[in-house]
Amino acid sequence: MNDKKWIIAGLLLFTVVVLSPVLWNAFKTPTPPEPVLSAKAKAAGYCVLAKDQMKAGHMQILDVWRDAVVRQGERVYKSTNGKEFNMSLSSGENSCIGCHTSKVEFCDKCHNYTSVRPYCWDCHNAPKEAM
Amino acid sequence: MKNSRRSFIKIAGLAALGIGSKPVLNAFAMAEEHGAGAKAATHVGEKALAAKQWGMVIDTRKLEKESDFAPIIAACHDAHNVPNMKEKRHEIKWIWQEDYKHVFAEMESKYLNERVEKLPLLVLCNHCENPSCVRACPTQATFKRADGIVMMDFHRCIGCRFCMAACPYGSRSFNFQDPRPFIDSKKFNPEFPTRMRGVVEKCNFCSERLAVGKLPACVEASKGAIVFGDLEDPASDVRKMLKSNYTIRRKPALGTSPAVYYIV
Repeated sequence: MNDKKWIIAGLLLFTVVVLSPVLWNAFKTPTPPEPVLSAKAKAAGYCVLAKDQMKAGHMQILDVWRDAVVRQGERVYKSTNGKEFNMSLSSGENSCIGCHTSKVEFCDKCHNYTSVRPYCWDCHNAPKEAM
Repeated sequence: MKNSRRSFIKIAGLAALGIGSKPVLNAFAMAEEHGAGAKAATHVGEKALAAKQWGMVIDTRKLEKESDFAPIIAACHDAHNVPNMKEKRHEIKWIWQEDYKHVFAEMESKYLNERVEKLPLLVLCNHCENPSCVRACPTQATFKRADGIVMMDFHRCIGCRFCMAACPYGSRSFNFQDPRPFIDSKKFNPEFPTRMRGVVEKCNFCSERLAVGKLPACVEASKGAIVFGDLEDPASDVRKMLKSNYTIRRKPALGTSPAVYYIV
């Protein structure tokens, strides 16, 4: 019973240590990273869909595309503005990586921040770039 | 009083659940829209070659020496980033050279023609009309396309290797380890994806080349020793070859109906 102060102090210290990561970040305003558009993508000015749709749904598009290409053999995508794209993540000028030329600056920026680790690049060839 | 309080809480709970589920349903509806929108706008390329059943005739009279085989195998393996594994048991192959006695084991004869006895043969996936690998695959990662190609969807492959057990021709290879370090960096083709550890791979009849109007890499490199075309079209080159030459297929008794024919 005489160790009350030690116990309370210890508990307090423990709480502070456990909560330290939360406390450390509590008063910081996080700055979400902006993916850097390549010069080519900027010049093109459009993607296969509108920017906000791409932001929200690029993973669904990639999912539908991979099934269409591999299973139905459909490899050309016609966007709403009439432009045609090669439905490929990583092959050729008219593919995703053909326009968004940097994986590090474009894909990884947000994926790393949100701790999303898609396994695209286990097989698909990422563009060569300085890391 | 007691009863009405209970029913009030029930209704309140249901209402809260209803309000809470709205954003979730919205998210699902959005996902559907994205999917459908992208699907509706996809189509087959204009230059793509079409067929009902792609097939191949290999003329072994034109393939006799090592130097006839090497460029064909290299053309395929370089185009598809097939790794060159050091250990034989890890070997990955899409198209390779094999002896007559192994390819046509059931056609064994005590006194075989001397040329045929020593005949090296080019073997690859037969793209069977009735493929046993497709029936064995539990995830439909391997499937038969409308044009007859037996395709692999590497995204779906779980590496169970049932297809390898089912294939009577040994046409499939398994990636026991990450293949990337074993691909020759000088010959690397950035246009074609590699594979990852834990998936099965095999010849795809160059579906990526057919889609842009090109013939398979091996056909192009064979200098006329391999003829490629639609087996269902009586006017196609393969059918002409089949009409004018005696051909054999591998293990016909199994009923898989291979689409690769050999002129011996």
